[in-house]
Amino acid sequence: MSENKDSKVKNNAARPPSFWRRFGMQFGIWSVGIFMWLIFVVTASEAFTSKDIYLAFASSTPLFALMAIPLTLIVITGEIDLSFPAVMALATATFAKIYSGTGNIWVGFIAALVVGTLCGYFNGWLVTWFGIPSLVITIGTSFLFRGIELAWMNGSGVGLTDDKLLGVANLLVGRSFFGIANQFWWTILATLVLWFILNRTQFGAHVFLTGDNKTSAQLMGVNVNRVKRRTFAIMGFFAAFAGLVASFEVSYFWPTLGEGLLMNSIAAVFLGGTSVFGGVGTVTGTFVGSFIIGAINAGIVASGINAFFTQVFFGLVIILSVIMQAVISKRIKR
Amino acid sequence: MNSKTPVIQLKNVSKTFGEVRSLSEVNIEIYPGEIVGLLGDNGAGKSTLVKTIMGFHRPDEGGEIWFKGEKITDWNVAKARELGIETIYQERALCEQQPIWRNMFMGREIKNKFGRLDVKRMKSEATRLMSEHMGFTSTAVHPDNAVLTMSGGEKQGVAITRALYFDAELVILDEPTVGLSLSETKKTLDFIQNIKKSGRSAIFIDHNIFHIYPAVDRMIVLDRGKVAGNYKKSDITMDELIESMYRVARTGSIKE
Repeated sequence: MSENKDSKVKNNAARPPSFWRRFGMQFGIWSVGIFMWLIFVVTASEAFTSKDIYLAFASSTPLFALMAIPLTLIVITGEIDLSFPAVMALATATFAKIYSGTGNIWVGFIAALVVGTLCGYFNGWLVTWFGIPSLVITIGTSFLFRGIELAWMNGSGVGLTDDKLLGVANLLVGRSFFGIANQFWWTILATLVLWFILNRTQFGAHVFLTGDNKTSAQLMGVNVNRVKRRTFAIMGFFAAFAGLVASFEVSYFWPTLGEGLLMNSIAAVFLGGTSVFGGVGTVTGTFVGSFIIGAINAGIVASGINAFFTQVFFGLVIILSVIMQAVISKRIKR
Repeated sequence: MNSKTPVIQLKNVSKTFGEVRSLSEVNIEIYPGEIVGLLGDNGAGKSTLVKTIMGFHRPDEGGEIWFKGEKITDWNVAKARELGIETIYQERALCEQQPIWRNMFMGREIKNKFGRLDVKRMKSEATRLMSEHMGFTSTAVHPDNAVLTMSGGEKQGVAITRALYFDAELVILDEPTVGLSLSETKKTLDFIQNIKKSGRSAIFIDHNIFHIYPAVDRMIVLDRGKVAGNYKKSDITMDELIESMYRVARTGSIKE
């Protein structure tokens, strides 16, 4: 089979794209990650050679990685979502309210996912129906969703320590296999599922086409608005799930849930090689990007550097990777 | 279906964008096995007409599109392509950062019965088509290559091969020779003859009468959104056609 393919290639004198063209971006992301890790292993060898710090990554990074991964799809279509932290909170509030009202965990759980998905779909509808840039409209919906949640909860949190909740808490954030947090496995699962959706379904193919050249895609019969609405709905679904995970991780639903995760998620997407102009991106890149962001946070502290330097480091890594992306993609265009 | 049933028929199709009327009461029919040239100056409404036939634009109230004798309601691009109309657009309609195989199957991806994309098959089909039909031997035509690395003619090749792959009943070529080299232009004109040989129909739009006249059976002249003339090739010589085109451009009327 492979021999046949080779001879065919030779007959056409067609060469596959070079290694750099195909994997340059991925290679770059992994290099940044490994380079960072080596720095930390040298500067904070005690912390970075014990397994505790990796267990800590596995429990804290998924809180934003679970949203960075679906956000990748939205960015590939050339849009952005800034409202997902608020969707996290509103969906988890739905769970808390329904659970305290009915005592039924799974009704609350499913209602939370439905509310998240609907919030996302609402974003997508506003973006596509009115043609408003998502950067602007999701700032608006962010305040709207957060406002509804705060008013509904009257600004107060809810403890999630009920014995009846132990089962679902264990499922979401329990520890398994040498103490690795379950949310790490959920993140792996999310990466696999969204990889499949992006690379092996027609919807995924249309995500790339929509972000690359909207008019061309429309001329060839791609319903670009439907594609965008669906990416926003997927985002909402995962935001709701991440909200439940983050709340069960601390056994408490804070009404401010999600604040502080926005920039981490967005940074992970761009660090992961997804183009800010749309049309190009990978969920595996975002996965690695998330863990690089997580490692910076922990590594700075473990290296004994003043924690105020975290953001300096953060900024440098992001700027360097985006420059690297620009250089690589320019070389691709020969 | 007999040969008297048009593949596509437009009845009283108008298209208004805000204050601008791009098409007004256009009546056109294309028969099976017929190559029709569509001529007209810039702004005559050729591209709008094509995009209306494809379902990209919706005709104004009262306009009707008939496909093989059936009135089509709720027309859209996906439906038009499914029924067998493919267009090679002037602007090529490619997504340039994507590899060739994605462009080749844009909007009509090959799936297995579970709805999973058959990427392997799309790549091998893309390779086969590029070498068999377009005779590409350049190093740039591996199916994994991004379209932006290709030359203008190769990009056009992707657009043409794409239209060919789906065995369309009607192929619309909107200024396909713009920016092409001589040999690439010849290849494109040969492609149009192949459409006719296989009993299918085509609408060929070009600025260049010298490309259109030898290739077509019939010519429709469009002027300011109206059909200004409709000639069988046997009824008019190239010189007469050029003469009447000038007259249309000057006076807006085909008659003396």
